[in-house]
Amino acid sequence: MDRIKGVEVTGAEVVVRCLQEEGVEYVFGYPGGAVLFIYDALFNQDKVRHVLVRHEQGAAHAADGYSRSSKKVGVCLVTSGPGVTNAVTGIATAYMDSIPMVIITGQVPTHAIGLDAFQEVDTVGITRPCVKHNFLVKNVNDIAVTLKKAFYLAQTGRPGPVLVDIPKDVSAETCEYHYPETVSMRSYNPVRKGHAGQVKKAVKLLLDAKQPMIYTGGGVILSDAAPQLAELVRLLGYPCTSTLMGLGAYPATDPLFLGMLGMHGTYEANMAMQHCDVLLAIGARFDDRVIGNPAHFAQNPRKIIHIDIDPSSISKRVRVDVPIVGQVPDVLGDLLKQLRQNAQPADAATPLKAWWAQIERWRAKDCLHYDRDSKIIKPQFVIEKLYEVTGGDAFVTSDVGQHQMWAAQFYKFDQPRRWINSGGLGTMGFGLPAAMGVQLANAGATVACVTGESSIQMCLQELSTCKQYRLPIKVINLNNKYMGMVRQWQEFFHGNRYAESYMDALPDFVKLAEGYGHRGMLVDKPEDVEPALRDAFKRKDELVFLDFITDQTENVFPMVPGGKGISEMILAEDL
Amino acid sequence: MSRHIISVLLENEAGALSRVAGLFSARAYNIESLTVAPTEDASLSRMTIVTSGSEDVVEQITKQLNKLVEVVKVVDLSEAEHIERELMLIKVRAGAKEREDMKRMTDIFRGRVIDVSENTYTIELTGDGRKLDAFIQALDQGAIVETVRTGASGIGRGNRVLRA
Repeated sequence: MDRIKGVEVTGAEVVVRCLQEEGVEYVFGYPGGAVLFIYDALFNQDKVRHVLVRHEQGAAHAADGYSRSSKKVGVCLVTSGPGVTNAVTGIATAYMDSIPMVIITGQVPTHAIGLDAFQEVDTVGITRPCVKHNFLVKNVNDIAVTLKKAFYLAQTGRPGPVLVDIPKDVSAETCEYHYPETVSMRSYNPVRKGHAGQVKKAVKLLLDAKQPMIYTGGGVILSDAAPQLAELVRLLGYPCTSTLMGLGAYPATDPLFLGMLGMHGTYEANMAMQHCDVLLAIGARFDDRVIGNPAHFAQNPRKIIHIDIDPSSISKRVRVDVPIVGQVPDVLGDLLKQLRQNAQPADAATPLKAWWAQIERWRAKDCLHYDRDSKIIKPQFVIEKLYEVTGGDAFVTSDVGQHQMWAAQFYKFDQPRRWINSGGLGTMGFGLPAAMGVQLANAGATVACVTGESSIQMCLQELSTCKQYRLPIKVINLNNKYMGMVRQWQEFFHGNRYAESYMDALPDFVKLAEGYGHRGMLVDKPEDVEPALRDAFKRKDELVFLDFITDQTENVFPMVPGGKGISEMILAEDL
Repeated sequence: MSRHIISVLLENEAGALSRVAGLFSARAYNIESLTVAPTEDASLSRMTIVTSGSEDVVEQITKQLNKLVEVVKVVDLSEAEHIERELMLIKVRAGAKEREDMKRMTDIFRGRVIDVSENTYTIELTGDGRKLDAFIQALDQGAIVETVRTGASGIGRGNRVLRA
């Protein structure tokens, strides 16, 4: 504990010292009037490094990507008013995906609060619905304990972004510095262990299952439970699927893995989800993009065991039989202990064999097939080649839309924290700034940002940040000149009326990349895809922007139309 | 849809009320009334929320309230025996003609006249919401000048207590 008796420091210096004590390597931010004292304090030290983004949304996404790929808390620093409102999209993105982040925001001086001062906004009010918690610090003596609480709240229980709003005068006042080693709050006591009786019930259900299914989500990744999950799936020999957020928690190349489920999930995963008799849901929340219409899902009887850290995620959209509230690694540890002791009943093998035979018949549909002989570049082909060229070992960020779904379907993630995307909020513009955070957290690692010509333009300015900090990200732009997913929905549900989904007046992305000091490559023939990727990924020290001109008519299949049941899929061959 | 009365013990801090109110509007939960004031421990506030919804929705409401970082405890009082009371101040016309009748009606409902002017009474009445409704119904509607109600406060019966 760093206690400096009798030495007075400013509130701004307290902020920076707290960040140092929390072991913060990088702060993503943008200066402005209300945070000038804090920037001054950052300037006077070199432990906490600052990354200057080009727009505050980029700061929040970069801190988010940093956290997702590193298990650490992402930190960003923005000024009052527009600094905060620009960051809100990034904060909401982190909130929806439960990402631990601390956002420090400047506020107008306390005497000016409420007077419609220059660059004043009710930050605590505006962010309240999209943070785990937020604070307005009105006294310099409260800064240290508030930041301690912020870091504690962000990473315990169900993680999430926590915002600390500091008025300018508070950051200028002085106080004695003392950083508490621990903090406790009587109103906040997240659980760890699951209820023993519930675990026992779950074990019995799992062992008696004839058509079992394991369904995992982002909670497995956030709680670092991938090893326990792998052990559980292999011990039982049960099929496993994952949500978009959970990809990589269980190795995608393993035969027990059925691929992603949901609106664009595989046929086998969605069918097994609908027809299983016992469902083990782990760190997932049965959201609308995953199980579709809950009434349709409920048509098939099944027993559901649901492990989650957040009680409010349990029985929210789907009634659960055995709820277990706890940290996923702890609960899975307890489950494994009991499962290892209980030998598999002798007759259990036969129904399980029949269930697997059924699943293999579903799998044989090969629902992700596409035209490999196409003369126009197929977007799926680019992702397959990306997977090959990077040896399946890249960190892949994405924006939102068709390219995101193809990346999720065709890049086989074998490790957690490698697939970085905005699942809950679905934020276009996330990919590039998130990749910056990923690259900074993982120096030397291969980082690819899979994007589209529409998404990339939403945070394009961060190409400049990439140049300043020499971040050798590879941008994989699947350019079909359309907001592809919007176009796909218009084709299916709006009579082919492509209202405003065509992206006209696109820039020359090669020149644009060059303008920012990067390398650009235009790829418009299928045979050039692999050589271009190989060339790009060999360039370890530069950002390469690969502009792939892809088939404008390609759609993402399978597809569960909105409001339909999970097994009511449209497949490519149906059309 | 059934009526539920939920008690919340929460940190007495600026913004805590807006977190609760914001939660109800963001998730489209019903809110019939909400009352809040500090408890004997000045660091804690006690809130009573009257809401209605299906069992599933009310379960979500209590879970979501519990999830708020400043909320210490939540209990659905309507799950067991409880008492609820609401205070109403009602200003009625009470000129020379009506005075006698109005006083008698107030006595029947065990209310008290707490302010008198030349032609009005202000009556204080406590009870559960139905009793207050009944009083309003019993009056000549033209006689009512103004009403203000606090919304229900609730507490468990007997040994049922909600403490930090």
